[in-house]
Amino acid sequence: MSVSVRIPTILRTYTDGASEVASEGATLREVLQKLDADFPGIGARILDETGKIRRFVNVYVGEEDVRFADGLDTATPEGANISVIPAVAGG
Amino acid sequence: MVLATAETTTSLDFGPAVALSCRECGARYDLGPIFACSDCFGPLEVAYAWTPPGDAGAAKVTREQIESGPANIWRYRALLPVPADVASHRNLAPGWTKLVKAENLGRELGLRSLHIKDDSGNPTHSFKDRVVAIALEAARNFGFHTLSCSSTGNLAGAVTAAAARAGLDACVFIPSDLEEAKIVMASVYGGRLVGIDGTYDDVNRFCSELIGDPLGDKWGFVNVNLRPYYAEGSKTLAFEIVEQLGWRLPDQIVIPVASGSQLTKIDKAFKELIALGLVEERPYKIFAAQALGCSPVSAAFKAGHDFVRPVKPDTIAKSLAIGNPADGPYVLDIARRTGGAVEDVTDAEVVDSIRLLARTEGIFAETAGGVTVGVLRKLVANGVLDPDAETVVLNTGDGLKTLDAVSALARPTAVIRPSLDAFRTAIADHS
Repeated sequence: MSVSVRIPTILRTYTDGASEVASEGATLREVLQKLDADFPGIGARILDETGKIRRFVNVYVGEEDVRFADGLDTATPEGANISVIPAVAGG
Repeated sequence: MVLATAETTTSLDFGPAVALSCRECGARYDLGPIFACSDCFGPLEVAYAWTPPGDAGAAKVTREQIESGPANIWRYRALLPVPADVASHRNLAPGWTKLVKAENLGRELGLRSLHIKDDSGNPTHSFKDRVVAIALEAARNFGFHTLSCSSTGNLAGAVTAAAARAGLDACVFIPSDLEEAKIVMASVYGGRLVGIDGTYDDVNRFCSELIGDPLGDKWGFVNVNLRPYYAEGSKTLAFEIVEQLGWRLPDQIVIPVASGSQLTKIDKAFKELIALGLVEERPYKIFAAQALGCSPVSAAFKAGHDFVRPVKPDTIAKSLAIGNPADGPYVLDIARRTGGAVEDVTDAEVVDSIRLLARTEGIFAETAGGVTVGVLRKLVANGVLDPDAETVVLNTGDGLKTLDAVSALARPTAVIRPSLDAFRTAIADHS
């Protein structure tokens, strides 16, 4: 599946400043693997040493926070927009 | 590290602040409009000369200096990331709200010594004026001309009011289904108010993306790219409570939890006051309060987890309706470290507690105050709170902002013709 991934400012050093890049995969896990292959090192910024999404990172497939779906196994349909966003608080 | 994108001035003046520090991995960054660690995404917070491993003697601030300051948060300017002349800047000068000795409520609940920190007395009637005042100074330092935020309501009004006073533009974002009073309050001060179809978490996500877009990258989002500074404003609640108690730490304190930022900063403030020798060290317990309809931190606490699973909020306590609280894990750590707890109450208990507080102390709280008072009552009933210990409970906003919560139950006793007979009959019916 061909998808697009929105890159937060903090990670754009890995993507030559690009705010959105193309990737591929049937699940979020595969998409992030391809992303790391294309932009080496970016995967370790999103996932911790145990391979889980870092505690202060939110990842969305379309409008859905993947923590409400299947996490890294969340399906990424053709044309999906994936967003990686640092957690911020407010109120 | 270099500063991130922003129009920065050549000389920043953040008073005693020296750096930003990652709360997760300890990495340090220059003071700038950044909020997340580029190594681990952990939240950044302000570090001072006295922050460990720094020297506690670097603060050079005394109780007498503080007591001689203005009757607002700037009396604590030596402990905040603001310039020494901040009091002369155009801002709302919030704070120094009342610490009410709540003898009636205490008697009703069986508490020997109960105080209510009533932050409805701030300029826009919630504690948010405190955090926005600090963020405004950061925005000035970084040369931002537009103030922005994602908000559950109170913050939006605090931002537009502060921008109006400071002569800045404002563009704020809220869930479109907020209480009418909060929409009016956010709009009346001018600036642009944008309702987003979605929850607060959707609004927050939208703002996080906007900040990385050319549309918003020159804006100061008080709770996103200015968040490390903004969050420090919550410390002033703790400073005031300690000073108003006669420079003493409370034994136990009940704090509402939305993102969890306020609670973590109150704990930070207590620790700073101890480290700086401004208050005697003694154990204190921090209790966190949530509404059951948005209680991810309470659920995690009760399950023994050290992580927080996000939820979709469904509660009348909209100012606390953050389903994915960024500081949730820290709230768990602090409640456990201090011997406190995290508890929740139903919406019905929230309404009942608003009325209880109003009836016993003459304080009309917004729903968040109903949550803290409700949790206070529950913790006393469950034997979790010590009834003999000095207890402080926070009311962070004004009941006039959430009239809908109680309007069905708070009605005239009677409506009568203007005659003594009619009044006599009505009184007899309600005696």
